[in-house]
Amino acid sequence: MKGRSRLRPIGTPARAVRIILVGFIVAVAMVQVLPFLITVANSLKCLPAVQEFPQSLLPVPPFAVDCAVDGVTRSAAETSGPITFSPTLEGYAGLSAFPFDRWFINSLIFGIGVTLLRLVLDSLAGYAFAKLRFRGNRVLFILVISTMMVPSIVLLVPRFILLQQLGMLNTYQGVLLTLGVDAFGIFLMKQYFESIPDEIIEAAKLDGAGVLRTFVSVVLPISKPGLAALAILSFTSIWNNFVDLLVIVGSRQEMLNLPLGLALLRGQFGDTLVWNVFLAGSVMTTLPMLILFVIFQRQFTSSNLSAGLKG
Amino acid sequence: MTRSPAPVRPAVRRSRDREESRAAYAFLAPVILIFTVFLMAPMAFTAFISLTDWNGIRPVAQPGAFDLVGLDNYAALAVEDGLTQETYMRALRNTLQYVIVVVPLQTVIALVLAIVVNQAWLRGRGFFRTVYYLPSITSSVVVSLVFMFLFTRGGIVNDAIAQVVPGYQPIDWLNTSDGLVHLLLTPVGVTADTAGPWASAELGGLTMWEWIAGPSVTLSAIMMLNIWTTTGSLMVIFLAALQTVPRDIYEAAALDGATSRQALRAITLPLLRPTTYLVVTIGLIYTFQVFDQVYVITEGGPARTTITIGYVIYEFAFKNGQMGLASAAAVVLFVIILLITLVQRRIVRGGSLS
Repeated sequence: MKGRSRLRPIGTPARAVRIILVGFIVAVAMVQVLPFLITVANSLKCLPAVQEFPQSLLPVPPFAVDCAVDGVTRSAAETSGPITFSPTLEGYAGLSAFPFDRWFINSLIFGIGVTLLRLVLDSLAGYAFAKLRFRGNRVLFILVISTMMVPSIVLLVPRFILLQQLGMLNTYQGVLLTLGVDAFGIFLMKQYFESIPDEIIEAAKLDGAGVLRTFVSVVLPISKPGLAALAILSFTSIWNNFVDLLVIVGSRQEMLNLPLGLALLRGQFGDTLVWNVFLAGSVMTTLPMLILFVIFQRQFTSSNLSAGLKG
Repeated sequence: MTRSPAPVRPAVRRSRDREESRAAYAFLAPVILIFTVFLMAPMAFTAFISLTDWNGIRPVAQPGAFDLVGLDNYAALAVEDGLTQETYMRALRNTLQYVIVVVPLQTVIALVLAIVVNQAWLRGRGFFRTVYYLPSITSSVVVSLVFMFLFTRGGIVNDAIAQVVPGYQPIDWLNTSDGLVHLLLTPVGVTADTAGPWASAELGGLTMWEWIAGPSVTLSAIMMLNIWTTTGSLMVIFLAALQTVPRDIYEAAALDGATSRQALRAITLPLLRPTTYLVVTIGLIYTFQVFDQVYVITEGGPARTTITIGYVIYEFAFKNGQMGLASAAAVVLFVIILLITLVQRRIVRGGSLS
């Protein structure tokens, strides 16, 4: 502590270096955030304004310029005078031409259903691996963990065949059964349960509680942080899931989730891309995640979740 | 462990043990059942289908739906001259380019960001962590659409460049099949015709020039998208590792007269080595599978310069009705990913995720 006044704090680089470093991380932060701002701004523009440069990110008065006359959108060329950014919900209204609400509800059903299943099944399995003595514990655990190495894209064909044979293509049960267990979640819960002291479990046993009773009324109540992490991870990964669901529900329009729906929109429009509608759909898809993120930031940015999120 | 358990008669304890292992199997039963039916069996089935010529249309259980063709599918992908080989080799080339560019860049950027954000003198650490993490919670389809919007010919990226560079000819980012190496070499007079006879020699159905032409402009745009998306979550992994390094180590080093740069080289980077292996492995595994972005943005174009292994598996299976070929390509991809994981495990024994 002494000498602080004369020396730079330990490990602090020179001022010039610090300025460069901060400049770098601020620049990266801007690159990370700008696309979000551009997306939100353009989702609130009418189509001609989307094509107006330089792009404005904030609404510009006067707000009186109409984009659409009698429901017909004018191109930028047909509009006289500068087109300003006067906020409109035209893009969001454009979504109603598609079963967008259905896709939103599907995303919720898939996300909540899979998350509930994983909470139950992953934690049961994780607990068995962490705290129960039985023959084959290690071997089974390695087998389960090794399934993490199987890429979704490799399962494209056989999943399709299996679900077709079972009559579960494009069904909710197809989604729940296929994705209701995941190796990473089991790994996460095993790690969490291992941090619980054996004494607590022994004490419950001495009180005469069976294994299930101990698990449900002693272990689970003190495992909320672990369960919360698992819930956030699975809901996020299912909400954003594309490739697994493409095979399971991708061939029926009313079974799609939001990402599949957006991809369908993009495909249907071909080259005439209706950007404000697409970006409105993008905002609607991202907003729920953003809200979750704001609430559960700490859990999201724990490193364990980061490793699992891409899966 | 030193606490002695309450005196329990051996017979009682044995029955408790039995109860415990019975409970364990019951706890695991649903997981084992689901994994066996929906994961293990399909995997084995993929391996089997890869030895057949099944077209995906005739019900697979119907007699005569497919013939066993041995290793023909693998041969068609790898060694037999023809359209299949050309497609697969192109996909392999594109995927390798993708991996070679994306993995080092995202790892280095994530590492640098983590080191800077972890500096004791920096204020607003939480803010930066949050901002960098945002892309990680965004759907790949949304990111793809947004990047299409930004990179279209008349889009914001071209407009921004035009503001800075006078006389800039807008690049058609999403529709330019020229490779970056090709574009760099052309102005200095090196082209496929002038480079020498080796350039037109063929390997796996592609000319040597095609192998070295570099990622197309469009594939490069998808690479940027990928780096933009993943860097944040990788940074968080590095940051967590950095925060486990006790500050006293740096103070001791400083007392010994080490500069901050020396401390970085001698302390920080070596301690981050296991994490770096982990981040590289995660990166390799996911970049080898790249699919969503290609599906949404380009469908493999322009001029097939963005088809990837993941994308051709999909194309073989669901566009061409070549389930056998798709399965063979899937098996090869699985083996590649398995090898990457095994190598990583050998390098870091006892890493937290292995």
